[in-house]
Amino acid sequence: MRRRPLTVAAVALVLLAVVLVVDIMIGDFPLTAAQVVDTLFGGGTRRDQFVVTELRLPRALTGLLVGGALGLSGAIFQAIVRNPLASPDILGVTWGAGAGAVSVITFAGSLGVVTGSAASVGLPLAGLAGGLVAGLLVYALAWRQGIEGFRMVLIGIGITAVAGNFTHYLLTVGDVQDAGRAMVWLTGSLNGRGWEHVVPVALALTVLIPVALIGGHVLGALQFGDETSRGLGVRVNLARSFLIIVAIVLASVATAAAGPIAFVALATPQIALRLAGTAQPPLFGSVLLGGVLVMLSDLVARTIYRIELPVGVVTAVLGAPYLMYLLVRSRREARV
Amino acid sequence: MSVRLEASSLCVGYGERLVVDTLDLSIVGGTVTAVIGPNGCGKSTLLRALGRLLPARSGAVLLDGKQIDRMSTREVARVLGLLPQAPSAPEGLTVADLVARGRHPHQSWYRQWSSDDAAAVDAALAMTGISDLAERTVDELSGGQRQRAWISMALAQGTDLLLLDEPTTYLDLAHQIDVLDLVQELHASMGRTVVMVLHDLNLAARYADNIVAMRDGRIVAQGAPAAVLTESLLLDVFGLDARVVEDPVAGTPLVVPVGSRHRA
Repeated sequence: MRRRPLTVAAVALVLLAVVLVVDIMIGDFPLTAAQVVDTLFGGGTRRDQFVVTELRLPRALTGLLVGGALGLSGAIFQAIVRNPLASPDILGVTWGAGAGAVSVITFAGSLGVVTGSAASVGLPLAGLAGGLVAGLLVYALAWRQGIEGFRMVLIGIGITAVAGNFTHYLLTVGDVQDAGRAMVWLTGSLNGRGWEHVVPVALALTVLIPVALIGGHVLGALQFGDETSRGLGVRVNLARSFLIIVAIVLASVATAAAGPIAFVALATPQIALRLAGTAQPPLFGSVLLGGVLVMLSDLVARTIYRIELPVGVVTAVLGAPYLMYLLVRSRREARV
Repeated sequence: MSVRLEASSLCVGYGERLVVDTLDLSIVGGTVTAVIGPNGCGKSTLLRALGRLLPARSGAVLLDGKQIDRMSTREVARVLGLLPQAPSAPEGLTVADLVARGRHPHQSWYRQWSSDDAAAVDAALAMTGISDLAERTVDELSGGQRQRAWISMALAQGTDLLLLDEPTTYLDLAHQIDVLDLVQELHASMGRTVVMVLHDLNLAARYADNIVAMRDGRIVAQGAPAAVLTESLLLDVFGLDARVVEDPVAGTPLVVPVGSRHRA
């Protein structure tokens, strides 16, 4: 209908490609843009091949995909709950995933099998399971003949507190080294991400992005009160449940791959919404922008200091003031 | 004319309380019906049950002879449009986008926007006289303009049955007349069937072909305004002591309340 959201999506797509190339250029072995593009299309020296396809591309792609999944998840939550504060961070999914992963780190760690399959398969799976359990629990507890956004936010805050405290408990009783590893995971990090991290997220997104975009055409008619939406022929509870479950799975998959990267799911949809000038977060725009944000943050995180910082540190530093801005703003204009 | 919408032994309630009690009603195609009654008499509940927003506890609502709760909600949405009382739109939504949502029941995930949709939206905006407000956001409109925008959405839906729950609430008298003139025009030029809940009896008498008076979840009287709006009915239904005279402009009944100050 209107051109601006399309323009924003096109610009974001170009930006995504540029950031991807720049992200691969920078590092201990600097490459030129031409070298990167050449290598990506199969050329380049053997050393370039190794640096690009084995070291930097998987990490950049993990960031891109995780960011896309978080952006989409946040956009769906915010559109359905009709509140800019709604995101998997606040609705319990992220901390549920954290509790699941930290359980594996501390319990498997104290049994002496911290490396190997427990670390590479067990950790993401436990994160995925934790996120799903927490998200579905919030959803089930918030259900009273239907889902009401504000109730879901409050219950989400409660479940987040429970999962957060459980995680802290595990950190206290666990081994010091395990606790250290757990803290890194809990910050959200792309360090050492290889193809084994890219593949599961890529597979999940290949299925979930089309599902979300197809289901998303209902979002436009869901943005009013329930009665208006039903009047427009929407099966309100069915549509809302379906989309919320898709959003929970998206956030859980992303968190399982990279740990809880703070604020991306919260901020991305609101930035996309302001850029596109729409009343609802644009879904596709949020996917692209989420990818750009996480890749850029990771680029900053690994170059700004002597050692590589976890990407979650950068997103948290950028995101915290934004959250405060949202809270201050939402106090002034009540918006439910 | 055929019966389009029908309630048969309809009971509707919230929790323990029965709000609409074994009610029978037939809405004939091409008419404007106003439902009146004191606060809490069940008129909004009746309207919502007619629009399948509330389930029937017993009895049934029939849309074109078919039981409405057995039809898919999309199928219903192509025939019957409704405007809830004081509907809410998200901040920042433009009038054009709001009205475009009215096309939802005609769209699907593989066919999201067509030239038919664009034409229906343009026509709906023109009909309510707000084409020039299309790019404004809903929250910056005045009350009267906003109500026109919502009616436009219902028009874009392209249904020939419209249920309006107090479409004139919060509007000043001039805007109330404006909105009801619009309803009248829809009815006259496009043959739409309208059922609306109205508080103002004099406006109901002017704009409706058929008045349904309710009390305690039941229909007390229905028919042409002159037949229903009588002094004895007003006393019976509203407990209101009033004179009924002829409206000098329209010739319809005009209710003039007595009030304690002028009681003899």
